[in-house]
Formats: sequence, C-alpha cells, structure tokens
Amino acid sequence: MLSILKRELRAYFHSPLGYVFIGAVFVFSGYYFYSYNLSVNTTDMETLFALLFPVIMFMVPVLTMRLLSEDKRLKIDQQLFTLPIKKSSVVLGKYLAAIIIYTIAISSTLIESIVMSFYGTVVWPEVIGNFAGLFFLGAALVSICLFVSSLTESQVVAAVLGFLISMFLMLTDAFVYIVKSDLLKTFFYGVSIRNRYTPFTLGIFEFSGAVFFLSTAILFLCFTIAVLDRKRWG
Amino acid sequence: MIEVVNISKKYGSKHALSDVNVNIQKGEVVGLLGLNGAGKSTTMNILTGYLSADCGYVTIGGHDIAEEPLKAKKLIGYLPEQFFFYNDMKVMEYLNFICDIKKVKQGRKEHIDDLCNRVGISHIKTRMIKNLSKGYRQRVGFVQALLGDPEVVILDEPTIGLDPSQVVDIRSLIKDVGEKRTVIISSHILSEVQLVCSRVVLLHEGRIIADDTPDNLRKSMSERHKVVVQIESSEESVRSALADKKIFKKITMLGQKEANTIEYLIEGKNDSDIRRQLFSALAKADLPALSISNSEFTLEDFFLKHTEVTGNEAYKEAKDVVHP
Repeated sequence: MLSILKRELRAYFHSPLGYVFIGAVFVFSGYYFYSYNLSVNTTDMETLFALLFPVIMFMVPVLTMRLLSEDKRLKIDQQLFTLPIKKSSVVLGKYLAAIIIYTIAISSTLIESIVMSFYGTVVWPEVIGNFAGLFFLGAALVSICLFVSSLTESQVVAAVLGFLISMFLMLTDAFVYIVKSDLLKTFFYGVSIRNRYTPFTLGIFEFSGAVFFLSTAILFLCFTIAVLDRKRWG
Repeated sequence: MIEVVNISKKYGSKHALSDVNVNIQKGEVVGLLGLNGAGKSTTMNILTGYLSADCGYVTIGGHDIAEEPLKAKKLIGYLPEQFFFYNDMKVMEYLNFICDIKKVKQGRKEHIDDLCNRVGISHIKTRMIKNLSKGYRQRVGFVQALLGDPEVVILDEPTIGLDPSQVVDIRSLIKDVGEKRTVIISSHILSEVQLVCSRVVLLHEGRIIADDTPDNLRKSMSERHKVVVQIESSEESVRSALADKKIFKKITMLGQKEANTIEYLIEGKNDSDIRRQLFSALAKADLPALSISNSEFTLEDFFLKHTEVTGNEAYKEAKDVVHP
C-alpha cells in the first residue's frame, strides 16, 4: 500500500493536478477569509466553512477523476493486479494519496486561523471542529468519487459523474420538501450530507456525523474493491 | 511448477477456453501458439490471476492462483501484450516502484543494474517512460518481469510490434531467461516459438489441439513417401525415367531452380521410402540428381492442417501466422 501511496503522491506533483487543486482551494478559502473575516473584522469562521462546502463538493471529483480510470484506459490495471499486491492495498493507497492532497488543500483554513490569532481571539475548538467536519466530508466524497473513477475508462466521464453525484448529495435537503412519500423523505433526510456537515460549522463535534462520513467512506472503498474484483470474473 | 486443470472461460455466450489442461515442469520453455482469438491471452490472464476461470483451477508452485493469489503471484514475472505504465514515471522510478511491490530490498540497486545491463537499457534509466520507443518500453517491461528473480516468467506476445533487430535481441533474452526459469510465451509467430521453446501448446478456439516438442510435432507430420528432388534435365526425360506408376505415383513440377535444373515433388505409396528407387531410376536414365530431400512438414504446415482454416479471411490470417 505504501508503494502505491508514494507513487500517487508523486503523480499529483508530477502533473499540474495536485498544484491546481491545492491552489484552487487556497484561492477560494483566501477569498472567503478576506470577505467574511478580514473585511468585517471577525474571527468567526462559520461562514467561511459553510461556503467551502459547495467548493469542496465540486473540487473533489477533479482530484479523484484519474485515480482508477487512467489505470483502466492505459491497461495499467492488468499489470498492477498481476503483481503480488492486494486490490484493497491499491485502492487504499490511491485513496490515502487523494486524502493527503485534500488535507493539504483544506489546511489553508488552519493557516488563516493562525494568522487571525495574531490579531484577535480565535475560538480554537470551533476551528478544529470545523476543520474536522471538512476533513470528514472530504473523506466521504473522495471515497465516492474514487468509486466513480473505477467505473469508467474516461477521466472526463469520471469527473462529470462525480459532479452529478455531488450535486445530488447537495440537493438531498431540497428533495425532502419536494417528495411526498414519508419513506423517501426519511431516506433523503438520512443521506443529506449538508445536515451532517452543518453542526461542525457551528462548532459542534457531532459524533454521529463523523460516523456517517467515515462509514460512507468505508462503504464506497469496499464498493471500489468489489468493482475491481468483479473484473476478474470477466 | 504450473498446473492448469480443466479451466474453462466464457465471455457472454462465447467459449474463450474449454477444458484446458496443461502441466508445466520447472525449467520448461513453453510456447502457447494460436491464431488471434484462440485463447492465448485469456490463458495468460488466468495464469497470472488477472482473470478467474469459470471452472477448473491453476496452481503456481503449488499455490492456487485464486485461493492464494499473493503467494502464487510472488512466483510470477509477467510481461503483458501491451506494456504501458504511468507516463509520469522515469524508468528507474518505475523499476524501484515494482521492487517496492515485489518487496525486493537487499541488493536492489545491483539487481536492477544487472538486469538493465543484460537487457541493454542502462543508458535510458533516467528517461521518462512516455518518451521511450516501443522496443525500449518492451525491454523495460521485460526487466520488471524479471525483478525479484521469479521462478515463472510469462510473456504475452513479447516481440509484437518490434523491429527485426529488436526481435532478435528479445528472443536471445528469452533464451537466456529460459536457462534458469520456467517460461511461458504466447505468440502467433511459429518461427519464434520454434526458436526459443522446448515445448509447444497449440490452441485453437479455446482448446488444446497439440502439445509436444517442436521436433516431435514436426516428426509426427513428416512424410517420407514424398521427396523433393532437383534434376538437371528436361521434364519429358524425367517423366519417362520415373514412369513406373507402382513406385512413383505422382510427379509435380515445383519450378526451375537454375539453368536446365527443375525441382520436382515425387510422391510414392503412403508409408514407403522411395529415395533409393528414385536414385536408381535417375542413375539408370543418366539424369543427374543435384539434390534429394524428404518433404518434411514444418510447424507451419502442422498449424495450418490442425486449425483447418477455411474461407479467405481465415486463410489470410493463417498465412500471416506462417509468414509474418
């Protein structure tokens, strides 16, 4: 797994993708930091973290789009899966590489908090709770988008499918008000990512939310391994 | 070393492999031969654990590839038909990556250097894989297959798409590798298999139709009652000298080889050796025979005969196999 992790990390920085992703998240985060903290003289980062939610939802598919689809397209998977390495190690290595890049990108919020701490009082538990929420959100999304990447040979298709799924997950709250069936209402409320994320932005470390995001991540990692394993059966 | 027992594989309704059984001993160099779609790559993919068989099993060094994939795969070095790898890697980075996965730790640098020297890629170790020619890329693939000194080396069409000098180099490499390891090569080029393999497994439509040494296959098909002879004389003189239809059943002119010399295919009765009678008859008529040889079937003939190709497309494909 470590060899795959190292390779994928290197690949992120051998191509513009790693820099572009980190740079883009830094730009959005910096802009929101300037607009909602610096310009209005507040250390409350609730708005910044709330606004980063849709940014992350749309940026993560770009981060993960090539992870498995490129292997399929270049037929690298054939070579990889005939080497003495488990499929789970391959998937986990790629997943952790994306998570590391993602964590570097969202660490911009921590840098901004440190900057603020020089000029005002930062409520650190709130910042750390928010950061944890953003991390858990990313952990689940990266896993979902990695799964999407395992379904296709095309990076573009993987990215577009990722966007669509992200959009669906963002709109699940709205569906609760649209559908009439109580069962569907319960379902959409249950899978709503925003509902799970919002408490973190309010500085509340909601354990059930953390479990929701982490179990989603594990579930989709298992799905991804199953997709790769299914190929063995032609 | 490798045991393939009753494996079958279907893609949809098409049988890619049907009840294939092969037992390969340590140190054998086995050629898997067949037309496109015969099941060579499917067999290789099952042997390497990339695909699973619908039924039957494969063991490598006693380890079932489906039950104990890691133990079995540790014994295998594999070069796929199309060798591609991440374009953003340099050759040395890539080889180190494979060493990481194969857990080659002690003497890694010396091991990589040694293999690169043998394969002739020492001077390109710092280059990006994406900038390499197909020949060099194939050699890099060859090195990665040999990293960790695997006991079994599986090469899927290793010379396809290479220029003639690269083909010669790769064949000599395969010969070297085959001295110490069990090697399986898939190919649709008969001459290649004849040159490097100690055993040939002929696949056709997912079934094994022959499994023997190249020599035995050739011997089993040799036709002693047919003789090719070059005679310095006119056709009429030859036909009158060999007029005894009881001995020389059929005379076919193959063509003029040099001035006043024509090559003939003379056929006797089945299972008879007509060389002595032919020599006597020509000597009696004072016709100089410049060469007399048995008409032996080559592996090419064997392949064509067994695959029973029909129709223009299949015939053309078979001809490509014989004269690539």
